[in-house]
Amino acid sequence: MEELILRALGAGLLVAMITGPMGCFVIWQRMAYFGDTLAHSALLGIALSLLLAIDTGLTVLVGAICIALLLAWMETSRRLPLDTVLGMVAHVTLAAGVILLGLTQQGQIDWLAYLFGDLLAVSWRQVLQTALLGGVVLALVCACWSKFVALAVDSDLAQAEGLAVKRYQTLLLILMAITATTAMQVVGVLLVTALLIIPAAAARQLAKTPAQMAVFASIIGCLGVLAGVAASYHADIAAGPAIVVASFCLYLLASLKRA
Amino acid sequence: MTDSLLELKEVSIALGGTEIVRDVSFNVAANQIVTLIGPNGAGKTTLVRAVLGLCAISSGHIQTRQDLRIGYTPQRLRINAHMPLPVLQFLQLAGASRSQVVGALRETGIERLQGSAMQDVSGGELQRILLARALLRKPQLLVLDEPVQGVDLGGQTELYDLITRVRNEHGCGVLMVSHDLQLVMATTDSVVCLNHHVCCHGHPDQVSNDPAFIELFGARYAQQLAVYHHHHDHDHDMHGNVVPGATK
Repeated sequence: MEELILRALGAGLLVAMITGPMGCFVIWQRMAYFGDTLAHSALLGIALSLLLAIDTGLTVLVGAICIALLLAWMETSRRLPLDTVLGMVAHVTLAAGVILLGLTQQGQIDWLAYLFGDLLAVSWRQVLQTALLGGVVLALVCACWSKFVALAVDSDLAQAEGLAVKRYQTLLLILMAITATTAMQVVGVLLVTALLIIPAAAARQLAKTPAQMAVFASIIGCLGVLAGVAASYHADIAAGPAIVVASFCLYLLASLKRA
Repeated sequence: MTDSLLELKEVSIALGGTEIVRDVSFNVAANQIVTLIGPNGAGKTTLVRAVLGLCAISSGHIQTRQDLRIGYTPQRLRINAHMPLPVLQFLQLAGASRSQVVGALRETGIERLQGSAMQDVSGGELQRILLARALLRKPQLLVLDEPVQGVDLGGQTELYDLITRVRNEHGCGVLMVSHDLQLVMATTDSVVCLNHHVCCHGHPDQVSNDPAFIELFGARYAQQLAVYHHHHDHDHDMHGNVVPGATK
């Protein structure tokens, strides 16, 4: 097999492993807009990295974490409904990113890769980065699993039982920022939410417990990546969209199983 | 009081500039059932949330015994329909082992529900599950917000009996919210009648005859209460005279 395919599979499978459990929280806590907002804000990170001539991946990651912290803070202050805040932050950061890109006179970013991902172009270095970040996310999700679940079930009850709700909520948002940033490489800004939601929704059809749903979502996501990359290789179609469509087919299959 | 678990002193709570609760004082001791009663919107749930530390108070003091373990049953659970969650897993979230969970389910009489999904249980079963989760915390104080909500009348009496039994067996204090004094009369040791401030406070008999209570709930309701309660120890003939010994 060509090395290019190996790299694509490596990055894709690693990302699918973390979008599985994180996607479950997106569904349980109705955070679909949240992933979108983080992805949209990435353009601002890219523009800043070009302007300041620093590493793009790192800038986008740090930017996403800052946005996550900002949203965590805004959620407590509750001056506006959360979906309004998310819609505002997503599009203001996007607009600011476009303006900054224009100012750098380097407007030639690869828009198609930015919007839909370019999995076949990932380097070994990016695979390694994904492995590192994915490992951190997975380790923290496993370590805090029952606390995150308690939070998703009923945050008031969890807080009354002595859980530091605010702290874990913020940690979950930071993990979501890391996940969205790594997922962007695979499927691009527009499809991050799909990669989070579709495998988790498919797993919902089959799982009996929260932990099962998370594991099934990872497996279904990995199958989607395998199928998508294979289709991309043989039929010469874009890998990111192929993964999303393949995952959706798995969702339909899972729904049939349940019905 | 030395065995006081919880003491509220002139507690006021304002949310968004509106004063919800004003100058509320009462306490809950071990082994004592205190019922907060009042019309909808009287501030009962807000007060309970303050006791649990879920909302800030604007003045006064809430004092709890050191390291007080509280078991709490919320008024409703906002559980997401898309989380597959069997009763067993829900209860384990309280940090309990499987055998402890089974023990708590047995105590609340719903052992058979272990594998049921949380979304599939009835109102009465949900209240028992919530009570089981509260018990898993090995509480010294139980805080129950409308523990009979969504339960039919027969089930309500059973639930109150269960709460009394739990109190007797665990010796814990109970702070309970209700909007129906009729059913809790026999169960409760002390009633705090709340309508933003404490209208009256004391033994259920005393409260149901208090002018402030009668004004709040209407004379008719208070009268029904008195009749209802008297059923327990004697009867009346057609003229309203007490018939001795005719207990029900």
